[in-house]
Amino acid sequence: MLHTPSGYWDPLLWILALIVAILIAYIIRGFGRKDYKGGEQSKPFLSGMDIPDEKELHIRAGNIYWGFMEGLEGYYDIMKKIHTGVVNDYVAWFLGVSALLFIVILIVGVT
Amino acid sequence: MNMNWLLTHSPALLIAIPLLAAFLTPLIDRLSKRARNVLVLIVLITVEVVMIVLAWDVFTGNTHIYTMGASNPTATIPVQAAIPIRIVLEVDGLSAFMGLISATVSLAAGLYSLAFVRRETGQGRYYTLLLLMLVGMLGMEFTGDLFNLFVFLEILSIASAALIAYRFYRGDAVEGAFKYFVISSLGALMVLFAIGLLYGQYDLLNMAALAKVMKYTMLDKIALVLFIAAFAMKCGAIPMHMWVPDSYTVAPASITAMLVVASQVSLYALFRICFSLYGLTLDVTTVGIIIISLGLLSMFVGVTMALPQKDIKRLMSYHAISQTGYMLLGVGVGLYLIGKPEFSTYGMAAMEGGIFHIFNHALYKGLLFLTAGAIFYKVKTRNLNEMRGLAHSMKFTAIFFMIGAFAIAGIPPFNGFASKLLIYESVYCVSPILSIIAMLVSIITLASFVKVFHSAFMGPPMRNTKEGEVPKSMLIGMVILTVGIILFGLFPGWVVDHIVHPAAQALADQAAYIQAVIGG
Repeated sequence: MLHTPSGYWDPLLWILALIVAILIAYIIRGFGRKDYKGGEQSKPFLSGMDIPDEKELHIRAGNIYWGFMEGLEGYYDIMKKIHTGVVNDYVAWFLGVSALLFIVILIVGVT
Repeated sequence: MNMNWLLTHSPALLIAIPLLAAFLTPLIDRLSKRARNVLVLIVLITVEVVMIVLAWDVFTGNTHIYTMGASNPTATIPVQAAIPIRIVLEVDGLSAFMGLISATVSLAAGLYSLAFVRRETGQGRYYTLLLLMLVGMLGMEFTGDLFNLFVFLEILSIASAALIAYRFYRGDAVEGAFKYFVISSLGALMVLFAIGLLYGQYDLLNMAALAKVMKYTMLDKIALVLFIAAFAMKCGAIPMHMWVPDSYTVAPASITAMLVVASQVSLYALFRICFSLYGLTLDVTTVGIIIISLGLLSMFVGVTMALPQKDIKRLMSYHAISQTGYMLLGVGVGLYLIGKPEFSTYGMAAMEGGIFHIFNHALYKGLLFLTAGAIFYKVKTRNLNEMRGLAHSMKFTAIFFMIGAFAIAGIPPFNGFASKLLIYESVYCVSPILSIIAMLVSIITLASFVKVFHSAFMGPPMRNTKEGEVPKSMLIGMVILTVGIILFGLFPGWVVDHIVHPAAQALADQAAYIQAVIGG
């Protein structure tokens, strides 16, 4: 058991609770209709478009979270400009941070 | 050889054994490849076993001091001198903690390498450099004096750069190694300059002796800035992180796992300088805020930069930066609160969370890089867009990846959750915003690894890919780290009480660090 500033964390207790929750879910599932054979409701929905052959269906990494990246386009534009891949810029960042630390620790620091 | 002899000499042996083996490896390599592999494995297992024995003794309260060249290794100050003038190794709770991480990940990486680099040329050089990396890491962790910190930093950097360029026939490997070398040289130069400033003032190199007389003058402040900037860059803190994805991505996967630990050793050096060398003489509020800020930036920018990546190892490299942010945040909050009434409740818990996260990160990030290497081994590409359905043929790798991904995202009951919980519940003492950002970063981390799992393992099987898993030695390397993740996840209370707390206590208690070497 791990004691934290606000309580405790017991993974073994958590696993036990998870098993109980799964058992309850399984029991509830048992109350469902036994004769259910599927239909329109069980098919995947892709914005009303025809679903390609399921065996060949795979969304590539480049298309995942497209909306997130679009929403943060401004942020990612800045990040792309910063990450030039040129080692001279890496050194410049180091010198810039060092200069900032000099100002903060030598001038702003109160002690 | 009895246990006392082993315990007394273990700090020196842990550096000497892999160092000697590193120079023997190319010679034995000329005689027999199998004998070379056996030698490397025996050395890595020996280091792991001796490290466990030493760490156990240290965690029960015995700081180990070893004076090189002295007739009595525990006598740090010669009879005819008033200060420590020999090379002194000091293994306290934090050094032992870091030593355990280095030895464990090196063993997993060594086992994994047996099959992973089997088809490559120059394996003699590869294992020599791998052992030298281990020497550099253990040396940095154990050394009690600043100049040897620099020497071992250089050994580690040179061996790492050479191993990043191991596949020199690929242009990107040489480019990554070049960038790493430039950055490492610059960092080491700044460290050496800072050491020179302190030596010029105090005529001392021993950290404990320096800590005792530290006055926090203008020159000390300049040295501190150089130390913080250099080690923050070496551990990959944003905005000095750009070398990390360039270098981690192109190194062999086993070496990337070791590079993760190498970066954490720089983090250790940063903490050691702040807490054990400067301690309460420095402006803990200002320096604490600097480290917290570096941590927040690293967490957020690291994870958001990971999300759009299509190269699996580049994506994981950005996550390594992001996870380093958690360690900086936790220990930064500890430094910020040191000397304040809140330290005993929140500051110590934040430091324990940050330090616990170092070990957890080494395990799950090491495992994730090994799974990325296993994928590369099978499909010969790191591009996620060109992968799919690998779970059909690589079932064990898929399971290991899932465990690593759950752990890094802080999903209970894996080890990442325990250390993150300690961080969430303690850093809000400084500001609730810190906890909120830490949780947000965990959610984005999970999203990012869901993308990797879906892209690489789900979907129809790939055509033109050999069926079956990776070789057994690679799987054994992954098993070692997986077992660590599960055990640390299931018994976090034991780990924190017996391993993490002594490490955090050693870091916070500067007086004990000084007393262990020079008494009084």
